[in-house]
Amino acid sequence: MSVNLTLLIIMGALYACGIYLILERSLTRVLLGLMLLANATNLLILATGGYAGLAPLYSKDTAAGDYNDPLPQALILTSIVISFAVTAFMLGIIYRTWVLARRDEIQDDVEDLRVAETPSFDAEDDAEIPIETSEFPLTMVGTDGGDVSDHGSPGDPADRAKVVAGGKEMPAEDAAAEEKPGSQNVAPTPEGDAK
Amino acid sequence: MITVLAVHFTVAVLAPLMFRAWGRNAFYALAAVPAGSFVWLLLQHGPVYSDAGAIAEVNPWIPGLHLEFAFRMDPLAWILSLLVLGVGALVLVYCAKYFGKNDQDLGGFGAQLLAFAGAMFGLVVADDLLLLFIFWELTTILSYLLIGFARTRLAARRSALQALMITTAGGLAMLVGLIMLGHTAGTYRISAIMDMAPQLVAGSSGTLVSAAVVLVLVGAITKSALVPFHFWLPGAMAAPTPVSAYLHAAAMVKAGIYLVARLAPGFSETAYWQPVVLGLGLATMLVGGYRALRQTDIKLILAYGTVSQLGFLTMVVGLGTPDAALAGLAMLLAHGLFKATLFLVVGIIDHQSGTRDVRKLSGVFRSSRALAVVAGIGAASMAGVPLLAGFVAKESVLEAFVHHAADPEAGPWGMVVLAGLVLGSVLTFAYSARFMWGAFANKPGVEPTPFKAISPAFLAAPAILSLLTIGYGLWPVPVDAWIQPYAALFASPAADAGTPAEQAGHLALWHGLTPALGLTALTFVLGLAMHFGRNAVARLQSLVPAWVDGDRGYQLTIGALDDVAVWITGRTQRGSLYFYLAVILSVAFALPLTVMLLSGKALPDNLYLVDPGSPLQIVVGAVIVIGALAAVKANKRFLAVLMVSVTGYGIALMFALQSAPDLALTQMLVETIVLVAFVLAMRSLPAELRDRTGGKYRVARVIIGLAFGTTMVFAAIYAMGARVATPVSLQFPQLAYEGGGGLNIVNVTLVDIRAWDTFGEITVLALAATGVASLIFVRGRGDKIQMSASVAEGTVGRRHGVDPGSREAAALAISRKFASATRDAWIVAGRTLAPERRSIIFEVVTRLVFHSMIIFSLYLLLAGHNLPGGGFAGGLMAGLALTIRYLAGGRFELREATPVSAGGLLGIGLAVAALSGIAPLLLGGQVFQSAIVEFWLPVFGDIKFVTSTLFDIGVYIVVVGLVLDVLRSLGAEIDEHFDERSMAAAEDEEETGSIPAGTTVEAKA
Repeated sequence: MSVNLTLLIIMGALYACGIYLILERSLTRVLLGLMLLANATNLLILATGGYAGLAPLYSKDTAAGDYNDPLPQALILTSIVISFAVTAFMLGIIYRTWVLARRDEIQDDVEDLRVAETPSFDAEDDAEIPIETSEFPLTMVGTDGGDVSDHGSPGDPADRAKVVAGGKEMPAEDAAAEEKPGSQNVAPTPEGDAK
Repeated sequence: MITVLAVHFTVAVLAPLMFRAWGRNAFYALAAVPAGSFVWLLLQHGPVYSDAGAIAEVNPWIPGLHLEFAFRMDPLAWILSLLVLGVGALVLVYCAKYFGKNDQDLGGFGAQLLAFAGAMFGLVVADDLLLLFIFWELTTILSYLLIGFARTRLAARRSALQALMITTAGGLAMLVGLIMLGHTAGTYRISAIMDMAPQLVAGSSGTLVSAAVVLVLVGAITKSALVPFHFWLPGAMAAPTPVSAYLHAAAMVKAGIYLVARLAPGFSETAYWQPVVLGLGLATMLVGGYRALRQTDIKLILAYGTVSQLGFLTMVVGLGTPDAALAGLAMLLAHGLFKATLFLVVGIIDHQSGTRDVRKLSGVFRSSRALAVVAGIGAASMAGVPLLAGFVAKESVLEAFVHHAADPEAGPWGMVVLAGLVLGSVLTFAYSARFMWGAFANKPGVEPTPFKAISPAFLAAPAILSLLTIGYGLWPVPVDAWIQPYAALFASPAADAGTPAEQAGHLALWHGLTPALGLTALTFVLGLAMHFGRNAVARLQSLVPAWVDGDRGYQLTIGALDDVAVWITGRTQRGSLYFYLAVILSVAFALPLTVMLLSGKALPDNLYLVDPGSPLQIVVGAVIVIGALAAVKANKRFLAVLMVSVTGYGIALMFALQSAPDLALTQMLVETIVLVAFVLAMRSLPAELRDRTGGKYRVARVIIGLAFGTTMVFAAIYAMGARVATPVSLQFPQLAYEGGGGLNIVNVTLVDIRAWDTFGEITVLALAATGVASLIFVRGRGDKIQMSASVAEGTVGRRHGVDPGSREAAALAISRKFASATRDAWIVAGRTLAPERRSIIFEVVTRLVFHSMIIFSLYLLLAGHNLPGGGFAGGLMAGLALTIRYLAGGRFELREATPVSAGGLLGIGLAVAALSGIAPLLLGGQVFQSAIVEFWLPVFGDIKFVTSTLFDIGVYIVVVGLVLDVLRSLGAEIDEHFDERSMAAAEDEEETGSIPAGTTVEAKA
């Protein structure tokens, strides 16, 4: 089938501008980028209809191939109205963000940053645990099983209280505390960046 | 057999109720289940040992997957069932005294233990590979739950998880192996596979079968805690001692041995069998024995002892000769008896004295001689002391391996294995002695351990097991008879080899002066020497560096996995939308672009730059591109919005030039309303639009954008060029006219040919509208806004806080003076607006235009079937009319114009559309089928009404509802926020006399 380069080149330009905009931090620009992308996509669908032809209003004497393809048009019509609804929704989001945080920017996810900074030490898996030699611990007095165990390295307590995590050494208690729910070991700055 | 299983699982489900009613005594009731099954099992002795050789049961399960409940009890299964059910019953009885009256969660514990007995029984009688696997994993999961019984203890949780990880990892390998085996054999029935094993091994798929068998062995190795996976078993000692006695000595860890025994008759000749089974078995036996000598916890001595014995058993059972098979099962039974005894004894010691530490226990022998006797029998049997079960079994084992070593086929390895076996036995003797010494001996310098008296019921279970050990040792004939049919499976069919029973030999206390007896004597001497020289041995052991440790290897592996996971998460999970989008979009252009470049496909030949039908497209295109570029460059918020609108209007023109009048109309209306919505929503945001990304990122964005745009152009060209089929839409004109009764093909497509699409779309519209309202109002939809009659004149949007001396204040005063003149009410609620916000011209125009627009929107709706228009365009036109009313008269004007709820409109619209779809169904047609009704009306003349117009009316109402929601939320409600804030600011000002600058600037914006 025939390919209309004009439509496609405009489409390409709109895609390029739209992508450039959605890679921005400003929510408003992201929304504008989305609108450009929607327009570009509508053009793409339109281009599949071929030559301009006649408007798809039925007349007995016209052959079916002489109309501009009505199917892409129906699809675009749907797309236009949906884009409107989505735009309105995004506007609602932008306004709400502004009311809540006085910001019009996409911020980095603090929780993700925290995860990235968290050492792999996990108290449940990695902490040293005392050796238990009874299931009836009420009568268990003064266990000193550290150096006879097969579960853990013998050594003086100062060595054992440290863990190597993420390339740096830190006290085991601190590492364990960071694993507690709700710990905020990465203090987010107002810019949303870590540290 | 399925009945036995059903009873086990049913009672397990009911167990928590029993514990609620009877407390810990419910363990007796639970014990009755395996005990009863045990009696049943004894009664099956006749049929199992009849000529048929087995009893089988097959019940259909999922025929489509070839899964069935196939059970088969042959001598091997029968012997293992003895152990599973017998020890199971005794352990449950023991539990009733082991746990305290007030212990928590006993119901769940009892249920799991009983269910475990059932699962284990199912495992040994299953005759289907997949069914076997299901029971196998069931035991793994129950073991996990049972080890982690003390869930508040970190050690229990961690050990449970470790055991689960290792055994399921092996289980997965085993599943692959089982499926390979079943697939190659063409059946999953174990008995059938074993029958055809020689053909399978020798046939063309021999290599595949060998690999499959190795994978299955991996499952057995992990389950039976063989090197290098042995460390989970000592870790699992965090479980309550009855669990250790049952799962980790008598039953579950025997599952691996069972599997080896099950496969050995057919597959012990495969390529990798002997190295794996003998090599790992021997290594495990030595490592376990060596480690057992280092432990100070008597339970851990036993645990490592079990590891050692499991390696031993694997070797014997896997050797694949008749005498080894006999010896292997004999040893299996003996081990089950003495090891369960010893664990139960450990539980009693722990329970009565509160410690299991060798260095604290002293003088227990004097406190409880009965216990010491019971334990002594067990330990002596473990060491292989004559007259006991262990001796009988071990003699046979040594006999078998002496034969093996003499066999020329085995070569020098036969001697190595025998030597290793003897060394392992020496270690076994040494740690048996260490156990007895550690648990019961008087130690100099240690105070006698306080020890509570033991109730006879508590001691009953280990005592019974000890008696059985003695009985088995003194009279091994019945055991011999039980095992012979299994050993016969290995018998050589050669004529000169003798009968199967002659090949296998017999279990007996006295075989005469054989090499095996000599080896036993050697074992005792060396074992005693090791025990009495234990201090020297300990010194030697302490020289071995600590890093040689399987558990440590496991921790390092898991730790490395954690590190890698954290590292990858940190690199990929940046929390930055920009980063994610950049990665996704880069892939989205790089991949197709590479493919297009590599494929080197020629461009299609019918490209054209200018459409001969509408050359103006070039001009409009230039405007669109300029608008888009300007939008990118704009650093003022509204300028950017305006530029995007330019592209939008340009697109509308493009639609018109491409012969799409409906699209042009709709796009034009949407673009206008979007522009208004933008202005309404963004009036509180600062005018500046800062670009916060740095130069480096901007370059990356430009590259990604350009590359993506280019990719899309070429992808579109190739895709369209590749199109060969006739478009389906060529039939649409005909369909639209004859079927849909309309001339506007696009509209008929929307409301008739593709009505489902449109229905889905208006649903999305309703959702989005609700979303907007929720974001702004948070709760409710703002339907309760008061009518304008109750609002004082000129109060809405009044400016506060303007500096009295400024020019602005003067302008404000003038506009207020003008407004105070009496004025005709052009619009209903105009008077509520503050004077400075009113515009007489706008009000007059609104007055003139509003009704015309509404009528026009109705025209568009109704004419849309034949001319450009339709529900979408009509609804948007009506929305535009409402927008004008709102802009001219404020939020109370909008309220007066639409005395309905936006949510109600959306609902009514959806309902109308849905009804127009369903009604034909009720009249005998299909969903969304349309009909053409022609009739005559006095004034209008002939009327042709198509029922799909009703659907379009629904669309119209939904669109009006959407616009109304947007206006009420982004317009009216935000207005109200402003008014509230500026009132508050004014009050502040009166109180403090100063002007809070920020607030007023915002209010002005």
